[in-house]
This record gives sequence, C-alpha cells and structure tokens, in this order.
Amino acid sequence: MSYLLLLVPFASLIVLNLLPKRARAAALWITFGILVAETAAAFLERFVAVDWSFLAPLERVLVFNLAVDHLSGLLLLCAGIVGMAAVLVGRRTLADVADRFIFANLVLVALVGINGIAMVRDLFTLYVFVEVTAVATFILITVRHGRLAFEGAWKYIILSVVASVLMLSSVAFFLLCAGGISFEAVKTALAAPGSLTWLAMALFLCGLFVKGALVPFHGWLADAYTAAPAPVSVFMAGIVTKASGIFALIRIVSFAMGDALPGREILLVVGALTIVVGAFLALGQSNMKRMLAYSSLSQMGYIVLALGGDLRLGILAAALHFFNHAVSKSQLFVNAAAIEEQLGTLDMDKMGGIAARMPVTGATAAVATLSIAGLPPLAGFWSKLLIVLALWSAKEYAFAAIAILASLVTLAYFLSLQRRVFFGKTLPQWAEVREAGTGLLVPAVALALITIALGIGFPFALRILGVGGA
Amino acid sequence: MTLLLVVLVLAALWASMATALLRATLALALSSALLAVFMFSLGAVWAAVIELSVCAGLISVVFVSVISLTEQRPLTELLAQRKSRLRRFWPLPLLLIAVGVGLSFVHTPVQIALPLPSGDGDVRTVLWTLRQLDLFGQIMILLAGVFGVLVLFKKEAKDGD
Amino acid sequence: MAIEIPQSFWLYFTFFALLALDGIWCILATRNLVRILIGLEILMKSVTFFLIVAGYLTGRMALAQALVITVIVIEVVVVVVVAGVILGFFREHDSLDVKNTRNMKG
Repeated sequence: MSYLLLLVPFASLIVLNLLPKRARAAALWITFGILVAETAAAFLERFVAVDWSFLAPLERVLVFNLAVDHLSGLLLLCAGIVGMAAVLVGRRTLADVADRFIFANLVLVALVGINGIAMVRDLFTLYVFVEVTAVATFILITVRHGRLAFEGAWKYIILSVVASVLMLSSVAFFLLCAGGISFEAVKTALAAPGSLTWLAMALFLCGLFVKGALVPFHGWLADAYTAAPAPVSVFMAGIVTKASGIFALIRIVSFAMGDALPGREILLVVGALTIVVGAFLALGQSNMKRMLAYSSLSQMGYIVLALGGDLRLGILAAALHFFNHAVSKSQLFVNAAAIEEQLGTLDMDKMGGIAARMPVTGATAAVATLSIAGLPPLAGFWSKLLIVLALWSAKEYAFAAIAILASLVTLAYFLSLQRRVFFGKTLPQWAEVREAGTGLLVPAVALALITIALGIGFPFALRILGVGGA
Repeated sequence: MTLLLVVLVLAALWASMATALLRATLALALSSALLAVFMFSLGAVWAAVIELSVCAGLISVVFVSVISLTEQRPLTELLAQRKSRLRRFWPLPLLLIAVGVGLSFVHTPVQIALPLPSGDGDVRTVLWTLRQLDLFGQIMILLAGVFGVLVLFKKEAKDGD
Repeated sequence: MAIEIPQSFWLYFTFFALLALDGIWCILATRNLVRILIGLEILMKSVTFFLIVAGYLTGRMALAQALVITVIVIEVVVVVVVAGVILGFFREHDSLDVKNTRNMKG
C-alpha cells in the first residue's frame, strides 16, 4: 500500500496534465477523489484485509524503503480530511479556472510530499519529502499573486531554506558519526552518543523547529497564513506546517530518542515558550486570520510540550491534539474564508453581530473555538487532558500548570474573537449579509461534527482505533 | 588543497560583497566551479559534474535572467549605496579570518565512523538501487518547479482586467 | 567502532564554518532581495561541501554523492522559485529593497 500512496497521486498528476483543456475543470474533483482515497487508506488496514500481492511485480522494479504504521495512519487521515476541506474551499473561492487547475495539481504534489513524510525510514529522504511539500506550498501561497502573498511567501521561503540547511548539515554530521542516515542508524548512534551525535541531533531538531514554526523561529507563520489565499490557509494551517515540522518531531521522538533526557527538556521548554508566545500574540490581533495563525502557533506548542512528558502517554496526547487541531483549525479557516467572502474584510474590529446573519458559520466557529480552548465535551478537552496527564505523570508539574493556565488565555482570545465577530448587535453595514454558500458550509459543518463526535465518543474511539496498544 | 579551499571562501566572500549584482553572480559561479574542482579532487566525480553544470551553469542563468528582468538602478545610486553596504559588510572578512585562525587551533579528537570494508560501491548503483525514493522525490520536486515557473514567470496578462 | 581523524576533519570543518558564516552574514546584512538569494546559495554550497567531506572521511563517497546530487536538484528548484517570487515582488513594488518584505504588522 505504501507504494500506492506515492504513486497514485503521482499518476493522477500525469493524468490531470494530459487532459484536454476543456476537461480541466474536473481537476479539483479528481484531487478530491484522491483525498477521499487517502482518508480511506488511513483506516484500510484495520478493517479490510487487503491482499497487496498484486503489487509484487511493481515492488521488484521499484525499491522504496517505506513503512506504514499507526503514526503514518494519523498523518494520512489528517491530510485527507484537511485536503478535502481545502479543495472544497478552493472550488468556492478560486474563481479563475487556471488558478483552480494549478491549485489542484499543487495539492497533489504536496500530498505526495506529506505521504512521503508519513512513511519514510530515512533521515535524508525525510528531508527530500519535506522539501517537496514546502516547494508546493510556496507556490500555492503565490498562486493568486498580490503583494501580501509575495511577502508571506518570501519570509516562509527564506526560513524554510535555512531550516533545510540545518537539516542537511545534521545529515552530514550523522553520516560522519553514524556512517548512515537511516532511522536505524540514527537510533544506534543515539544509543552511544558522542559530541558529534548530539550536535547532529540538535541541528536536525532546530531545522524541524523552523519548519514547524516553533518559537523562536515563528516569524514566518503569521504572515504566510494571513497572506495566503483562503484554501491555501486551510491547507497550511491544517496539515502542511504540522507535517513538515511537528510530525517529523513526533516520529523522531518515538523512534530514535527513547528516554534521552536532554532532548525531553528542550521539547518542554520550546513547547512551553511557543504556547505562551502564541497565546499572547493572538490576544492583540485585529485580523481574523492573523489571530488564527498565532493560535495555531500556540496549539503546536501544546503538541511539542506533550512530547516532553511521559513517553507513551505523551505521544498519544500529541497525536490526538495533532488530529484535533488539524480538524478544528482547518474549520476555523473555512469560517474565515466564509466571512471574507461575504463581508469582504477580515478586520474583526469592523465586524459585529454576524451570528444573526450567518448562523451556521457562527455555530461551527463556536464549536471549534471551544474545542481548541479545551472545553468538554468537545474533542479538544480530551487532548488537553491527556497532555496535562502526560506532563503530570512525568512529574513536570510546572509545565502542566503552564499548559492549564495558557488554556485560559486561549479561551480569552477566542472569546474576544467571538465577541467581536459574532455576538452583539448586527452593525448596519452588515445588515444585508447572507450566509456563505454550501460549498463553504459543508466542510465547516462536517469538521465541526467530527469535533463533537470525537469529543462525546472519545472512549469508544480509543477502542475502535485500537490505540491502547500503540 | 587548502589553497583551493581558501580561494573558494574568497570567491564566496566576493559574491556576498560585490557592488554590482552581476559581478556577484559571476563570483557565485566561480565558487561553484571551485567547489566542483574540490569535489573532483576528492574523487567525487559525479557530484562534481552535476555541481558544475547545474550550479555554475543553470543557476547562474537563472540569476542573470532575474537581474536583467528587474531593472537596476542607475550607477550613481549604486555607488552611493556602496558606502552603506560596505559599512554593514566590513566586519565579515575580519570575522572569517578570526574564526579561521581560531578553529585552526582546535585539535580535539573526534570519533568518526569506520569506512566499510568492502567500500561503498558506485554512485550510480547507490542512486538507482538504494536511494530510489530520493529519485522519486527529485521527480516530484521538478514537477513542483514546473508549476512554480507557470505561476510565477508568466507574463502579467491580467493587467488589463 | 570509530577512528579519529582530527587533522583533516577540523580543516574541512573550518572551511564549512567559514562558508556558512559568509552566507548567513550576507542574508542578514543585505538590503537587496537578490543578494539574499546569493546568501542562500552560499549556505547551500557550504552544506554540499560538508556532505562530500563527510562522505570522504568515512569512505562512503557513493552515498555522499547520491545525497549531493539530490540536494543540487532540490537547490535548483528552490532557486527558481525564489527568483520567481523576487520577480513578483519587483512587479508589485518596482524595487528590490528588503524593506518591502516588512509591511505586515503584528
């Protein structure tokens, strides 16, 4: 199956580009179909025993060193869900057919990159697929030109290249001290570490921190998210940044680092800093997407913080928060797209009382913000709880306290968003505003339903996913 | 060997400090060429060839086309800029010399992995059999690059809208 | 399982550090977008250099070369994309000053 995850989007890319000009309008639907398959693939092995032997001749020709495990399944699932939401938003907000075609293609390229990230067993190949995803995203940000888009893309690109340089120098150091760069080689090297090994690991982690926009390398995040066109913001916030930086971090921690103590402390500090900086920066924002961007920053800090706690519980907590955030933050960006489309502005100070005119958008936004703030019985409550538990059982009481207190700040800025945008009296200039079209409501409602369902049914979900033994 | 590396660093230094961007591009191409020579001298023949043709060649072409498409300011402005740029850049050569000299005193033994007894084979074999996934990644990134060119380099025909 | 080659390692490491420093300084100190790209290129060259050195010192030249070839391909695509973004910047602002990248507040 791992081969298919890379080759099927690749094949559809070729097919898309061989289509006659008139048929290109179908591009987005083809991409959507691939994304549905992607989501299904995440669950496939669990429910259906598929005989993959028909791939044997292929496997004799191509030797890819890939492996799909539980963690990969998480990324595949998130990529599929977020991708579908992004495509639906794209269909609605990208008017130009040429833009839509390029968007559809680039999402497929990014998907190959993300699938690669999910499945590789080698440090350098991880870098290669992170770059594939990154380059596809750079172009996606600039697909509609415009000065802000170029600015957002620029900052992202520069920092991304610096991160690549960090990761590559780490690869060189690992080549020096371990003689190899597969995950196995790295794990062996970390078991008997010398000074070069620590340096190599530190460099790679720094590279991942930059890609994931963790503090102090978060400078590019807000600009890139805000300046990108609506569907691209959904895609970036929902999956790209997480896949490039955070997922690789989870993979390395679960596989290679074991109980390496100094690594854990770095994760705790970076995570805590990111949570706090993100939360406070979000408080002062008037642009809706910018506040959501800083909120994303803060939540990713939570994921990293979880990794610093008790190992097994921490990875589970991180994975759950990863999923919850992918769903809820994408949904919030879909809401932002709806508001941008109907109101023509994202300046929250100009808004007021939108809930009366756009009830569905308002309701789904409320679900997402409460979930991210960690209120029961929504999904976010469970992941926050697990994070605090992971920290508590590792005796990191101070960090657990930070996690809880930051939730209050999270609640504060989200309430501020709700108050400014949705509640209160409907301002006269918005009296004629209508609810967004179905194209934008369907993803919002679907994502909100996932949040509610996971929140209420969490104990059952654990059993179904068989995560207990992960 | 050391001389080659010193010239390489000097070329890179020139690239970052040159007044005119075209000269900087030339310096960059020169440093790519020197790097290729270095790689060749270590026996990395294939990498040297690719570095030479791609970095010294293709990338310089890209630079020159971008520089020519973005109109340069008149020479008088450039010369006026020169002072402020030199003010920002003059510590760099000194810093490099200081770091170079400083590091030359470091002799801490480092532990490096042993070479494989049977040698590690031919690049072509490694690339085609062991690192096929990287090759696939290269194909994907080239595809992305094609879209990049489509999106970014197309003439602004939309100006009339 | 390891041998020590202090002399050549530190020599090569020194030049790697020098190149990297040159690249970083260039990116930070310049006001021109194209020069930032030059700085990025210098950085990537330093890493390419160090990868080959690592392969040489551990006798894994074939692996190192395979890695370097992939890195160069990726490097080229990234340079082309950055050049495109610079072009876009120029068309919007009619200038290559890095000040134009600092407009977004907050």
